[in-house]
Amino acid sequence: MTAQEVRLCGLLLQEHFGDVVEKVGTHLIRSGVLTLRALAHETKLALDLVKKSLCVLVQHGMCTFGPGRRGPAGPVEYRINCERILHMLRYPRYIYTAKSLYGDTGELIIEEILQRGQMTMSSTVKTVADRLTHNMPEGQSMDYSEVVSAFSRLVETHFLQRCPPMASAGSSSSGAVDTSLPVVTQPAEPESNPECYKLPYINLTGQGKRRRSSEDGEDDQRAAKKAKTDNSQCGDEGIYWQVNFLRFHLHFRDQAIISAVSCKLDQTSSEIVRTMLRMSEVTTPAHAAFTQALSANEIFRSLPSNYNIARPILDQYLTLLVDDPMEFVGKTGDSGGGMYVVNLHRALANLARATLESVVQERFGSRSARIFRLLLRKRHLEQKQVEDFAMVPAKEAKDMLYTLLSENLVQLQEVPKTPDYAPSRTFYLYTVNQLPTARLLLQHCYKTIGNLIERRLYETKENKRLLEKSQRIEAILASLQATGAETAQLTEVEEMITAPERQQLESLRHHINKLDSSENQVDETIFLLESYINSTQASR
Amino acid sequence: MAGKGRGIAAFTFNIEALGLSRGSMPETQRGPTPLFPQIEYKPGPLKAGEDEDYMRALKQEMRGRMKDLPFNIKPHAGKGDVERYKEKYTREIKRIEDDNWTPDWNYLPKELKPQKKIIRKKRDTKTNAKVSSKDKEELLNKLDALEKKGDVKSDDEEDEAKGLKKENDEEGEEEEIEGEFDEELEEENDYIANYFEDGDDYGGGSDDNMDEATY
Repeated sequence: MTAQEVRLCGLLLQEHFGDVVEKVGTHLIRSGVLTLRALAHETKLALDLVKKSLCVLVQHGMCTFGPGRRGPAGPVEYRINCERILHMLRYPRYIYTAKSLYGDTGELIIEEILQRGQMTMSSTVKTVADRLTHNMPEGQSMDYSEVVSAFSRLVETHFLQRCPPMASAGSSSSGAVDTSLPVVTQPAEPESNPECYKLPYINLTGQGKRRRSSEDGEDDQRAAKKAKTDNSQCGDEGIYWQVNFLRFHLHFRDQAIISAVSCKLDQTSSEIVRTMLRMSEVTTPAHAAFTQALSANEIFRSLPSNYNIARPILDQYLTLLVDDPMEFVGKTGDSGGGMYVVNLHRALANLARATLESVVQERFGSRSARIFRLLLRKRHLEQKQVEDFAMVPAKEAKDMLYTLLSENLVQLQEVPKTPDYAPSRTFYLYTVNQLPTARLLLQHCYKTIGNLIERRLYETKENKRLLEKSQRIEAILASLQATGAETAQLTEVEEMITAPERQQLESLRHHINKLDSSENQVDETIFLLESYINSTQASR
Repeated sequence: MAGKGRGIAAFTFNIEALGLSRGSMPETQRGPTPLFPQIEYKPGPLKAGEDEDYMRALKQEMRGRMKDLPFNIKPHAGKGDVERYKEKYTREIKRIEDDNWTPDWNYLPKELKPQKKIIRKKRDTKTNAKVSSKDKEELLNKLDALEKKGDVKSDDEEDEAKGLKKENDEEGEEEEIEGEFDEELEEENDYIANYFEDGDDYGGGSDDNMDEATY
């Protein structure tokens, strides 16, 4: 784990789970694998706090445990899953995708499961129905069956999956007198469970309950307590569901490819690519380099009905896609009118390359970007050749190359003519390697988000007094309005915040919004670069 | 690097190969790069649209909501002696959930489960208490006998008895703090144990040692 990743994970844990979990998590990331006692001893926290933190982390899938180095009889060791913590940056994107695919119900289901790590189907359905009912006008309420159907659709398309079951989760705790040999088994991969996407039969009928105002608080609490104890009657205890991040990532990758095609070519081509990807969604394994081969006839039949293009025009579009230098689509055969595949890995590599080029262009200018693109294409060039091919005067070319070199975006390769590497008889070639440069940029992105979060925390801290004051005044206003006060009183309360304070609050809100938006958008770049790097590793 | 230049900077390789000439060397670094360097090309504007606004709102909402869930573990703040009146309503308004969230123990290693330790230790404190109360009764009987002999000795022994009792109480409290999710239950038990012990001592003490009349 790189330093920037550790820093970012620490900030994310602190934001969502508090200081205690952050301390435990960061220490575990730095140390690799630890037992409970070692962790408590090194972080100098109370044992029960450490236990609670580990429970929270395991619940959210960020920490795994397994038999230690001493085998099944030794103490349990814990390991943090750093990637999973970094996925927390992408939660808004997951929720928004669910909303666009499955509406408000889907959105709330994914949101609840993300917030709680894992949930049973029945508790998810009840909570979501209650929340939807709360937002509906008086008198209406959400039926459980609608939520159940949304849930089933999410499971069918593999966006939700069951948490992997544990064969036995015993451990030899010190002092436990167990006659049988305790066995610690690790949770298996979720996909290895054959029932991964099977919906349990639950006995759940009813409608969402509306939360009353505080006058009925007592009744509501009693009802809520009753609801909790009723859980056991639904028939699906022990079956927990979690969000299938891999499926969401495949979906994002497909979206990126489709939007790239639509930007580069046109809307119709992107529709064709979208159709191809949709057809091969289920048949293509997760880390495949290309989709299943599809014949032009099949594609023609599966195009959406509002796209009335003739068969020869489809062929022309396909030829265009195949000939495009971005190589999104490839032709693998001639049967059935031509067999076409979408080159997933190559598309990702090209998208990553475009990202790198764009970064260089925005930071160093278009001429440096030209040099960078040249080096990407021509691999190794001498100083003189760079000047000639890029059509940049010598002095400026030198400057730009050295700036890029100092930023580590360009490397120098020595090619000796003689075995003694004499400097006067050695070629010095400039080169760009796409994969290491992508990794470098990824680390820059992590650092960027870390800086954005810290700046946001700083801004909030600076204006803490003002924020608290405005919150108090809002609470007073809300309570006054609820009890039906006159407008004169309301204006009096509103005037408690002076105009310059209001301005300051406004600018603070604007800054924080900007910082949050930036975080979301840097995360999009992170996704692209991570997918590219993972695809190169998978193909090995 | 002793070069032929006799003090003048001499490079070991042919500078022309890299396209440099003696006069046009790039500037040397005069220290660490500034923390906020000047940028020549300003960054482009952020994407602004309905999607981005919605995702930003989602992010801010989620941040606020996570603070209220029981997963947000706070360090041991001293618990107030009396639950404040407003707490009931703030909890309801902010939808703060109970601190007692219990995960499904089937999916976690047993060592993370705090329950068992307490039961064992409760028994220990009780047996300790029993033992010490027995001790105390013996001591009190001894004190009665020694009263006749002299006050100094009995005071010492009474102090010893009290010291023993204090130690046991402290142990009991420590074990309780290393505890679990149901803290309130544990506190009540401990309080009761204290109460009874005090009762034993208190009743016995006043009956046996007080010579003066009660007002």
